[in-house]
Amino acid sequence: MPERPLSPHLSVYKFKYTLATSILNRFAGLGLSLGFLLLVYWLVALAGGARAYAQARALLTLGIFKLVYVLLLAAFVYHLVAGIRHLIWDTGRGLERASVRRSAWVVATVSVVVTVIVAYWMLRPGAYAR
Amino acid sequence: MSLRGPLARVLGRGSAKQGVHEWWLQRLTSIALVPLAVGFAVSLLTLPALDYATLVGWVRHGGTALGLLLFVLVAARHSQLGVRVVIEDYVHASGLKTLALVATNFAHALAAAAAVFAILKVALGGHL
Repeated sequence: MPERPLSPHLSVYKFKYTLATSILNRFAGLGLSLGFLLLVYWLVALAGGARAYAQARALLTLGIFKLVYVLLLAAFVYHLVAGIRHLIWDTGRGLERASVRRSAWVVATVSVVVTVIVAYWMLRPGAYAR
Repeated sequence: MSLRGPLARVLGRGSAKQGVHEWWLQRLTSIALVPLAVGFAVSLLTLPALDYATLVGWVRHGGTALGLLLFVLVAARHSQLGVRVVIEDYVHASGLKTLALVATNFAHALAAAAAVFAILKVALGGHL
């Protein structure tokens, strides 16, 4: 095969917010793919009956998973908001430099705010205790 | 001098007109996932508890089961397309690339099938 220039190289571009929002979307997507496996494990355990579910639940409520869930939540919210931005771009709108910069701020702000609110809801005292 | 006629020489040279298929599927699954993923997250996080009985009751609700099935199927396809693009972009050794693509495709099919089976088993199962 002829040697062709290969586009996405993190190392050759000057680091700017455009690169940051783009690569973050990929990392978030990859994280969610791993999270999907966790969801499948949880569903399969549920289908395995009360005992299998109790075992899975004991594992999935270990302290470390609080961090996993918050990271997954952040990835979920970011991928969702940034994904909607991409869908808007696909219609040909919002591609000028000024609006790209503006929408980057909107995506960052909305992601942080929604993540913090939902994380607070998820981790509220006594949540899902039963 | 070739024995091939002009038609044979030109066939297969042009675009197969399938180049945008996966690009389009990624958009289609993205659009579908906006309501499906948000619905899944809201429905799960607003449950009063996460014990076995509550969750079985949740999955057995027809709306939840249908929503879950759509969510896991569309999410698995979306994830497969996304991981595939990442592999194509960053894994350049051709043997490793093929291996990685085969492995992720198999893994996604397995995950989707297991999720669908689990949802149906809970939703349609008799015992609790």
